[in-house]
Amino acid sequence: MSFTPNIQAFCCHYTSQQTLAEGREAMLEEGFPATVTINRVTCTGKLKVSTLLAAFEEGADGVYVVGCPLDGCHNLMGSQRAAKRVGAIKKALAELEVEPERIEMFHAPRGFHPEFIDAARQMDETIRRLGPSPFKEAAAGNE
Amino acid sequence: MIIAERKPLAELVEMIKDYDRILLLACKGCVSVCSAGGEREVENLAPLLRLGCKKMGREVTIIEGALVRQCDREYIDAIDRWDGEYDAILSMACGVGVNFIANLRPMTRVYPAVNTSFFGGSAEQGIWAEQCAGCGNCILHLTGGLCPIARCAKSLMNGPCGGSQDGRCEIHRDVPCIWAEIHDRLERLGRKDDMNLIAPIRDWSTAGHGGPRKVVRDDLTI
Repeated sequence: MSFTPNIQAFCCHYTSQQTLAEGREAMLEEGFPATVTINRVTCTGKLKVSTLLAAFEEGADGVYVVGCPLDGCHNLMGSQRAAKRVGAIKKALAELEVEPERIEMFHAPRGFHPEFIDAARQMDETIRRLGPSPFKEAAAGNE
Repeated sequence: MIIAERKPLAELVEMIKDYDRILLLACKGCVSVCSAGGEREVENLAPLLRLGCKKMGREVTIIEGALVRQCDREYIDAIDRWDGEYDAILSMACGVGVNFIANLRPMTRVYPAVNTSFFGGSAEQGIWAEQCAGCGNCILHLTGGLCPIARCAKSLMNGPCGGSQDGRCEIHRDVPCIWAEIHDRLERLGRKDDMNLIAPIRDWSTAGHGGPRKVVRDDLTI
């Protein structure tokens, strides 16, 4: 069965700024997967747990966050806070017997860089391996 | 304050399996301060419950609500605003809150979303530690303000015991021996001789061993 993942990326202004300036087409040419939708936020430290969970509720198969390096966040501790929240969701997914790898935290320096694209490709690979979200599968099977 | 922890999600999903509409109710008291059952925790738990139920193949409606406290009659009355909108309440308050709803709403189904843990304080951000056992007969004036009832593994009144090693408790190296701390503190305060006082056999009837406890204040009752 063919499967096209729905992956939602939440990236801070600083890590995504220059990448997004290249435009969607240029990003795809660089190898950025078409399965990833970027949601840009001012700082990943402002991301709420409920916002990331809402992405799963709205049909995401995988969710990831890209924030500044741990020791170099523009807002000092923003990316550290985001990493903690992603960790909490990983635990919650495990409690629900869902693969914790469906959500990840990445840290990348600002500007256009291969790490930003590598994170997207890594998530695309992981989610293709895991298959569709069990939240979607159960609902579909019940219809 | 009262410290609590969210119950495991699998337990909660099982608890609400017979209901389609849940009122998930935060308490803005202690459990809000210890980040177990306040409005933010309701905001986080609601999608997890929906996802957990969805994984089981069913949809559930979660109504998010909050009461100022769930341990006072007048605040429980505020539940009336959701009348007819829910099948059961999942309370994020401590056990007192769940009991109060059950006491005052005989026909309302109410379930606990948290495990009520202990009376404690925030040792540092994200870490809470037990400080008081609520035993009803406080002896902190004899122990330099440190409670051996709550903080000694044996609740000894005349400690330390032989399991105290290098200021640590024998149950775990991470646990300080509170009697060693009481000794050091009394010494610092020039009250070291208080350690030689023998505490008499303790009356535990105030600690709940005489059944549920009640405080009656004639000056306040109407």
